Amino acid sequence: MSNWLKICALDDIPRLGSRVLRREGAPDIAVFRTAEDTVFALEDRCPHKGGALSQGIVCGNKVACPLHNWNIALETGCAIAPDEGSTKTFPVKVEAGIVLLALEQPAHV
Amino acid sequence: MNKNNKLKLVCVGNGMAGMRALEELLKLAPELYEITVFGAEPHPNYNRILLSPVLAGEQTLPEIVLNDLDWYKNHNITLHLGKKITEIDRVKRVVRADDGSEAPYDRLLLATGSNPILLPIPGMKLPGVLTYRDIADTEGMIAAAAQYKNAVVIGGGLLGLEAANGLKLRGMDVTVIHLAEWLMERQLDRTAAGLLQKSLEAKGLKFRLATQTQELIAGESGRVAAVKFRDGSTVAADLVVVAIGIRPNTELAEKAGLHCNRGVVVSDTMQTYDPRIYAVGECANHRGIAYGLVAPLFDMAKVCANHLAQMGIGRYTGSLTSTKLKVTGIDLFSAGNFQGGDGTEDIVLSDPIRGVYKRLVIKDDRLVGSVLYGDTVDGAWYFKLLRDGRKVADIRDKLMFGESNLGDTGHQGQNRAAAMSDDMEVCGCNGVCKGSIVKAIKEKGLFTLDDVRKHTKASSSCGSCTGLVEQILMFTAGGDYSAAPAVKPMCGCTDRTHAETRAAIRDHELLTIPEVMKFLEWRTPNGCASCRPALNYYLISTWPHRAKDDPQSRFINERAHANIQKDSTYSVIPRMWGGVTTADELRRIADVVDKYRIPTVKVTGGQRIDLLGVKKEDLPAVWRDLDMPSGHAYAKALRTVKTCVGAEWCRFGVQDSTKMGQDLERGLWRMYAPHKVKLAVSGCPRNCAESGIKDVGVIGVDSGWEIYVAGNGGIKTEVAQFLVKVKTAEEVLEYSSAFLQLYREEGWYLERTVHYVHRVGLDYVKQRILDDAAGRKALYERLLYALKDEPDPWAERVAGADRAQFQPLQPAASREGATA
Repeated sequence: MSNWLKICALDDIPRLGSRVLRREGAPDIAVFRTAEDTVFALEDRCPHKGGALSQGIVCGNKVACPLHNWNIALETGCAIAPDEGSTKTFPVKVEAGIVLLALEQPAHV
Repeated sequence: MNKNNKLKLVCVGNGMAGMRALEELLKLAPELYEITVFGAEPHPNYNRILLSPVLAGEQTLPEIVLNDLDWYKNHNITLHLGKKITEIDRVKRVVRADDGSEAPYDRLLLATGSNPILLPIPGMKLPGVLTYRDIADTEGMIAAAAQYKNAVVIGGGLLGLEAANGLKLRGMDVTVIHLAEWLMERQLDRTAAGLLQKSLEAKGLKFRLATQTQELIAGESGRVAAVKFRDGSTVAADLVVVAIGIRPNTELAEKAGLHCNRGVVVSDTMQTYDPRIYAVGECANHRGIAYGLVAPLFDMAKVCANHLAQMGIGRYTGSLTSTKLKVTGIDLFSAGNFQGGDGTEDIVLSDPIRGVYKRLVIKDDRLVGSVLYGDTVDGAWYFKLLRDGRKVADIRDKLMFGESNLGDTGHQGQNRAAAMSDDMEVCGCNGVCKGSIVKAIKEKGLFTLDDVRKHTKASSSCGSCTGLVEQILMFTAGGDYSAAPAVKPMCGCTDRTHAETRAAIRDHELLTIPEVMKFLEWRTPNGCASCRPALNYYLISTWPHRAKDDPQSRFINERAHANIQKDSTYSVIPRMWGGVTTADELRRIADVVDKYRIPTVKVTGGQRIDLLGVKKEDLPAVWRDLDMPSGHAYAKALRTVKTCVGAEWCRFGVQDSTKMGQDLERGLWRMYAPHKVKLAVSGCPRNCAESGIKDVGVIGVDSGWEIYVAGNGGIKTEVAQFLVKVKTAEEVLEYSSAFLQLYREEGWYLERTVHYVHRVGLDYVKQRILDDAAGRKALYERLLYALKDEPDPWAERVAGADRAQFQPLQPAASREGATA
């Protein structure tokens, strides 16, 4: 895949935390880092009421939405049962300490 | 793991206890066992306590199935229906069924339930004579009701009355025969039973109490036709239902040589005398008790599953049970020892016109039992007091009137769920109607408050409607709904309670969240959004200046030092000491509003100004331009100290409340606490600052200051309680600080002062703050030490700390940075 975009160094994201990637004309993307340094990227909108998932508490491979505490699985973007709904995920990888994200179209910066 | 290498688990009994144990086991160790289940009935696991609503025509059989056949299939469970195990070969470790089939086991789970007790009288075998235990009995009764007229129910206990009510609703003429002098003598005292009998008579049921049955007499057809009593009289009966009790079904276990004594005797790990064999539910006898209700059975299932999963840390130590009659329109609740006896005292409220009767039994200053009839809204609260064993001296005068576990608002002033129609809103936060809750409980087989919260969201936000939801749960799921266990774990990540966790952090000098989780064997790698903020607070409050704050374990508001709003913008509330501001401050606020195009400016209830709709990346600049301290309006911390004008201007004021408030606020700000903390100071007893509903409320009187604690103005209005009167402002500071430090050290995370004081009792607080002067000073010192050098979080961030979280990622810059 050629459209991998370097977005930041792994260490720019706190463990069990996230950073936000702004996009013009498209929803923000939340980039999460787990305790094991796995990185996930999700549209920064909870499927429930659109809360910014990037602002939630990360536990294991889940994030709790700050608005109403829905838990969203970072791998799939799906709400943890019994809640229902899902948010979009984006391919993301870490190479040599750099976080790379794949978008359908290049992000405006 | 290869299927053949798996251990083999056989469960004898396909009822609620056995399947609950398997469900718990599958949660813990889904791959450990190859599981086989034998059930004597031809049905999958169903909710036996809902047979009464089925009989009454309020629910249907498919609605009460808990685990459908797909559930067994999806979990690779081999299910044998309609097969009764007749033999356990403990040497070969094999069970045999009545059809000759066999199943080997490594572990065996006995969940054989109980059998109805039969009367030792002639005629018990006649057609038309039933017991009340399973689906077949229920179907038999429904069929008989369609064809015959006269029913006699022998037994005026819970089950008998529910059967009688159901048969009456199906059009039969029903007489209840009861041996004792009043109904439900094991759950009710005589007065409550009298009220119950009256309302059942109003529904058309007939009763013969203190009556012994001698014989069931057959008619010409060979079917039962009459019941004959010891006094020689008879009653016509085309259907006789015998519901005089249950007896643990231990036939199989006894035959296998397992020790039985009114149940299969089990240890605290639910193991029988053969350690490969476990027993749970109504067939088991634990510490001399065989339970016949569902709540204990779930507790047992949990422990049993834990040991089957080879975790080996759970212990079952017995259950307290409560009862509720499932007869529509009758509110009846009982728990604990309500008959009284030596050394007990009664508090009784009896209002026959309203049809209300309440009796509370107290022993050694603790609630040990309660019977409620007609008004059961406080049942859950009494049950909690009973389980917790809390001393009640300080609330004794209010005890009878209840806490009514209900907030003041959000549910249309309703406090009786039974009186609500299905379309009435129960949870005003999440818009959940009674009908939706009832539907979820029935369809999804929910048993606990937590389940209902998860599935419906009712009572999951402000909690104001918790009492109503508990009532609905009790009524829908049945009498023996599963109350939360006596010791409630912090969250699903651990079995530890808040109290145990706090103690471990203190006693073992744990300083980081990973240390706590390791030491206390947390089940999840990094906790959850519920336990992590709690642990972080416990650490920094127990070890100030030693434990390091973990921002990632704080809720976003405390991480961003502003309040997240529904559109993910933030609100900013600068601190205004004692609600006093200046022209300069107001000018700066106005300039900030213009410069950052802040859409809404609002005056708060805490005498401050709220700037709403600030973008996260603007926060540090907004704070810089405001040049005011953080108001901590976003934090579990000291919020505001509300003041009235006081003696400086007010013609009635007797004390300088504004200055007192400012001194308190300057002394206590930056103080994190288990929950938010609000103070108020009024300059005279007119109390314009509303000190009566604050965590600490101070009221100036001519000769000094009165201090009130543990008030609350939110979800449920609670009037603060008088703590002490002092003379000087220094004393106000010392006593208030000492109280708040006590709360900081002992309160559980998210427990407001009102709940903390309810839990420990005001007497205890007085003992620590008033009676122990040295202790009070030490508490005050500890608070001062904790607050020493605690920075203003806004000033820190204006100076450059923690920049990254306020800045969106800039991919281009990073790309260069990365390749450089």
